[in-house]
Amino acid sequence: MAILIARGATKQFGGLTAVDDLDLEIKEQSIHSVIGPNGAGKTTFFNCVTGFYKVEAGEILFQGRSVVGLLPDQIVQLGVTRTYQNIRLFPNLTVMENILVGLHGHLKSGFFGIVLSAPATRKEELAAGEEARRILKFVNLGGKGDLLAKNLPYGDQRRLEIGRALATRPKLLLLDEPTAGMNPRETQGMMDFIRRLRDEMGITILLIEHQMRVVMGISETVTVLDYGKKIAEGTPAEIRSDPGVIEAYLGRGSAAH
Amino acid sequence: MSPGLGLWQNGMKIGLIAGGVAVLLSLIGMVEAFSQRFIIADGITLGQTLLLLVSLFASYQAAKKTPGLGAFARLLNGVVAGLTIAGVLGVFIFLGGHLNLRKIFINASPLLYKLLAFDQEFGTGILLLLGVGALGGLLAGLFFLASPHLRKTLSAACGSLVAMGVLQDLLAPTFALWGPLAVINDWIYEVNGLSPGGGLFLFALIGGVTHFWGKKGAAIQTGFRRISPAKQKTLRLTGWLFVVFLLLVLPQILGLFLSEVLTIVGLYVLLGLGLNIVVGYAGLLDLGYVAFFAIGSYTIALLTSPELGFFNLSFWTALPFAILLGVLFGVLLGIPVLKMRGDYLAIATLGFGEIIRILVLSDFLRPWLGGAQGVGKIPKISIGAVEFGTPQEIYYIILVGCLVVGFISWRLRDSRLGRAWMALREDEDVAQAMGINLVSTKLLAFATGAGFSALSGAIFATKLGSVYPHSFNVMISINILCVIIVGGMGSIPGVILGAVALVGLPELLREFAEYRLLVYGAVLVAMMLLRPEGLWPEAVRRRELHEEEPEETEAGLASGPDRSR
Repeated sequence: MAILIARGATKQFGGLTAVDDLDLEIKEQSIHSVIGPNGAGKTTFFNCVTGFYKVEAGEILFQGRSVVGLLPDQIVQLGVTRTYQNIRLFPNLTVMENILVGLHGHLKSGFFGIVLSAPATRKEELAAGEEARRILKFVNLGGKGDLLAKNLPYGDQRRLEIGRALATRPKLLLLDEPTAGMNPRETQGMMDFIRRLRDEMGITILLIEHQMRVVMGISETVTVLDYGKKIAEGTPAEIRSDPGVIEAYLGRGSAAH
Repeated sequence: MSPGLGLWQNGMKIGLIAGGVAVLLSLIGMVEAFSQRFIIADGITLGQTLLLLVSLFASYQAAKKTPGLGAFARLLNGVVAGLTIAGVLGVFIFLGGHLNLRKIFINASPLLYKLLAFDQEFGTGILLLLGVGALGGLLAGLFFLASPHLRKTLSAACGSLVAMGVLQDLLAPTFALWGPLAVINDWIYEVNGLSPGGGLFLFALIGGVTHFWGKKGAAIQTGFRRISPAKQKTLRLTGWLFVVFLLLVLPQILGLFLSEVLTIVGLYVLLGLGLNIVVGYAGLLDLGYVAFFAIGSYTIALLTSPELGFFNLSFWTALPFAILLGVLFGVLLGIPVLKMRGDYLAIATLGFGEIIRILVLSDFLRPWLGGAQGVGKIPKISIGAVEFGTPQEIYYIILVGCLVVGFISWRLRDSRLGRAWMALREDEDVAQAMGINLVSTKLLAFATGAGFSALSGAIFATKLGSVYPHSFNVMISINILCVIIVGGMGSIPGVILGAVALVGLPELLREFAEYRLLVYGAVLVAMMLLRPEGLWPEAVRRRELHEEEPEETEAGLASGPDRSR
């Protein structure tokens, strides 16, 4: 069953069509990669799914429900969360607070409950703290909860960003180049970690990635975009031998490698 | 260029800059105005202290920035800087004696030159200046070379000495009221300044205490941690009870004038805590914050003043309306600026502040709000038969207000809402992508801040007994913003400290009144360079490893949580 379906999704900036009549189906509990040269429209598509951009034509359905026109915070509540290509944490909040912000949508306490420290509020805060600590352990940041996010090393920041996304309890997680700037060992760790997200937590993963080793290593389906259009889709093995893909990456002499 | 020359040049450069500053301070009349006040009776004036501080700071910098590490080179550089400053001042005096600078700088009077030359003939004066400059440079150099511990001790002792001297008009009469202190008081203070003996004694006392704390402080703190938690709790509780007691008797100790200053500081603390939610927590730069202060004041005026005669309510009946109206306007003025960020938000809110002021000034609303004449005869606050009229009485109302508002701020800070506000401050897009509803979160911040501000305005109106449009100009907004920037964005104790430093001190030092804005500017620039996080920055919450302590600080002290961590 498909958890996310895009039909004829189109997004234009002035005269430039960033996403062009895109059809895409993401199977539930799969790891699905979107690849393509720079400027192919991958991140724009992410922005359309998460509500930061509105598609001009076509539709995007999450679990059969259209997300077009919803605000980003409403889409998060449905269960779609993303991370960013350039890490975007809340730098001056602690690691723990970053995770707790992710839990925001699942907490209910209001102004007066907080000021009077109502029993319900206190219970909720305690439970939130517990859950945040569990997430910290899961992303391997246990014991670092009281550090400021900006003081974490790079790899930890990547994992914290994913941890914060997990706190929103997503069903579909959109990862924008999670291994950017990592050495081979860290990359391997991230690949194992992404697999765990799917296997242990049952989260569907949609991945933008440039490192072919990662794409070929963990994805079940790969979609290739070029100039906003889908030019190929299939298993990693099929994609590797697709002449159209090879041309898109190498044929124009873009010197990707 | 030989290294020796480079060395000299550095000291000269810093000395020239500081010399320029010294001349500027003289030309704008600060030195002369400050010379009315003696720090040490009939010895050192505040004006001289000011120049000396400039010189010492420059020499210290010169010693610090000397290339190479030779102690001699550092001392030399300090002396060079000190001599250069003295030289610049000397040239200034010389020029002033031969040219008439008064056409441009009205403060460049013969009196000023005489002051700068220590009341001596020109030649002797210059020699004295150079001597003081060189000696100061040498001392600053030695100070730089001293151990950090000694440096701390010396600066604490000198700083307190200057503070005691500057605040003599307040401290001396206050001490005089308290039996045993009065005796010491007579000995420390003369009619105009500290007595030389008293000064020396204070210097030694404060230096000694700082020295002792520097050596033993850590041991005492570990000792405190070693005693049983129950005892720790008792000790801490005793500490807080003492603070509460002190807050309660403060106006009685301080007398009428200082209590008046305290009430003004208190009103700014209320305003600051409100703006701290909007700017410090949520990062929404609001420059029209005074509007809600005005709304609070005018609501009280409208509902209570018999001069208008509409409602004649009591303060307590009118207060909820004032706060509610503040909250309502917070939301109303928040709605149009929901999509704005940064500079645009600042400009738009600046406009709102002015709109409110011009509205209350308008002829259109004159029958209700009194126009330019304002509204008078606002009744005093009373509880039963007790009336709160004098500053000493109103102090308690403001104290309760500050405690309540501080408590609310503290609770909100570490909650779902506080975290949402801070996420908004850090990165609005990502906050939204984490499920935070921008509209309700922003409006709640505006509304909360406006409510606090309206409360402050309500108390302000009954304290004065009248309201005028000109009390609500844009400078109030700017002042409050300065308070929270200097205190530390998002920090509750920072707001209190900032209000004391930026509102309380200028009220106390009449010499500063004229230079208030200049000092504000200088303080802001210095803060941004030296301590951008503020005087008392927001403490980092420890939530993972130290689960929050049992809530014993709930007695309602604004700065409680940050101390007890």
